[in-house]
Amino acid sequence: MSDTPATSLAERLAARFGDTLTISTQRNEITAELAAADLIAVATALRDEPGFRFSELVDLCGVDYLGYGQTEWETNTAGGDGFSRGVEGQAMGRFDWAGRPRGNDEPRRFASVVHLLSIEHNRRLRLRVFCADDSMPVVPSLILVWPGVNWFEREAFDLYGIIYDGHPDLRRILTDYGFVGHPFRKDFPLIGNVEVRYDPEQKRVIYEPVSIEPRVLVPRTIRNDADLMQAKAEAADDWQRN
Amino acid sequence: MQEIRNYTMNFGPQHPAAHGVLRLIMEMDGETIIRADPHVGLLHRGTEKLAESKPFNQSIGYMDRLDYVSMMCNEHAYVKAIENLLGIEAPERAQYIRTMFDEITRILNHLMWIGSNALDLGAMAVFLYAFREREELMDVYEAVSGARMHATYYRPGGVYRDLPAQMSQYRESPWHKGNDLKRINSWREGSMLDYLEAFTADFPSKVDEYEDLLTNNRIWKQRTVGIGVISPELAQQWGMTGVMLRGSGVAWDLRKKQPYAKYAEMDFDIPVGVGGDCYDRYLCRVEEMRQSNRIIQQCVKWLKANPGPVMVENFKVAPPSRVEMKEDMEAMIHHFKLFTEGYCVPAGETYAAVEAPKGEFGCYLVSDGANKPFRVHLRAPGFAHLSSMDTIVRGHMLADVVAMIGTYDLVFGEVDR
Repeated sequence: MSDTPATSLAERLAARFGDTLTISTQRNEITAELAAADLIAVATALRDEPGFRFSELVDLCGVDYLGYGQTEWETNTAGGDGFSRGVEGQAMGRFDWAGRPRGNDEPRRFASVVHLLSIEHNRRLRLRVFCADDSMPVVPSLILVWPGVNWFEREAFDLYGIIYDGHPDLRRILTDYGFVGHPFRKDFPLIGNVEVRYDPEQKRVIYEPVSIEPRVLVPRTIRNDADLMQAKAEAADDWQRN
Repeated sequence: MQEIRNYTMNFGPQHPAAHGVLRLIMEMDGETIIRADPHVGLLHRGTEKLAESKPFNQSIGYMDRLDYVSMMCNEHAYVKAIENLLGIEAPERAQYIRTMFDEITRILNHLMWIGSNALDLGAMAVFLYAFREREELMDVYEAVSGARMHATYYRPGGVYRDLPAQMSQYRESPWHKGNDLKRINSWREGSMLDYLEAFTADFPSKVDEYEDLLTNNRIWKQRTVGIGVISPELAQQWGMTGVMLRGSGVAWDLRKKQPYAKYAEMDFDIPVGVGGDCYDRYLCRVEEMRQSNRIIQQCVKWLKANPGPVMVENFKVAPPSRVEMKEDMEAMIHHFKLFTEGYCVPAGETYAAVEAPKGEFGCYLVSDGANKPFRVHLRAPGFAHLSSMDTIVRGHMLADVVAMIGTYDLVFGEVDR
């Protein structure tokens, strides 16, 4: 893929949809952010209009932006009592179900990310829709535009609790029958909530609270060298040959 | 007049034709399917969540365990996503090695598929034939990584190590001795590339053998021709990729359309179906094996002629050599930091897709600049394919569901993730 068609696709999107889309191009990948209310109209146009023809929805997934950019280990600066120890912080590996963080609803926490593919034009496009209300994340369902989104939306509902308005069959898909909670949320503990074992007395499999201790082996760290590499990567600009 | 009602049938998750752990609830009218509701997730391990809790490199091994019959292609998508964000590129030799192993993986996958699909539809012998060649290719996996299946061979910035100069040989044992031992070691005298050269020279005749068993087989055709017909429009609506799309006549292959690694330099053809039924998809996959064989031959030729590095010289991403570590303090620090903390990946997001044997395997990676991914989403082709099951099998007979599960080429490691 050469650089120009992707740019021209971004330009065509901007010309067609105007302020509806917030378009950013990063590494030749186009991301368009839009409001949930516009999603269906934009998606239908992207599928049908000859300049776009995104006939395939390749992927849809949820993202939880809670704690984005936060680290468990402050390595760049030292305080009066030296460097931080890398054992603090509230990442999902550090708490259990009872001690999970509650009520810290960040604005724009949940997003539904869609990857589209145009077979005719050989183009990809990423759409991102943030949910307006984080205690009740709702996004319109794309099922009437691309029927193949059915299971992807069920998956995002199961794992993140995003409700797809208009989906005819929004059941859990990957987790167990009768599962409680949405396991991929950042405030869901990594060790989970319950464990199962066979109870010889009751002669059946029973659920119990997890008995393992939450722990983190490698703390999350953000170091400055990443910024240097990013600058180098953008300067080199030949990532696409790979 | 007797009252006739529809009844519900439970298929799997322990059924041999369910390819693992598919549970299918079907509403039947006699032998005709009115509605099919696949229940997946019995093999859900939360791979994406686990990856968020580990440094980038430690999750490569999980990728092998997704689609556990096309291991290295999954690694390729994940590694490619990291490389996109890091802005690094693997050395040329590593890219040829990746191309070669992607194709070895494709043959491995299609052999598994042809064997198990034929077994599901009642042809026992093909399974035994296919596993004979699969074994030979697994030895290549083992030679290069030490593991027959879960290789963890691709790394951001290249591959773990260069190809071995000596192919491992069978030793004398009560089961292998004398002329028998000589025969099984005859390909193994030289390097791994010599071994692959011998394999690729021989493999087309083996594909002929599978075709002898199936292509004109009357029972095979009765079970597959006109079954599970998917129109090109339907395939695109349901997000189908790979052979499921090509079998319906859409010439779409990421290796040609959005080339990665060294596919742009390879000479190969893309087989495309006409009718979009199970038989066309069978023919496509068989032809893909022959084409993969061609690509491997070209890679072997190039790799023999061009030695070189297989990993970038960037100690933030790739470990320094053992020798350097013993002499150079800085190299040792790099090694320690790389294997304890890992490396930080610049903030951003990317979607990297490869043409896996089953279709488009994609990795959507979001990084916030930390040493662990913020979000990894793995786009498994089988997940999209299986979701169309209900639409496609309605009106088919019960036995055709088995043909359909076979032609989807399902592996539940990737569907459930």
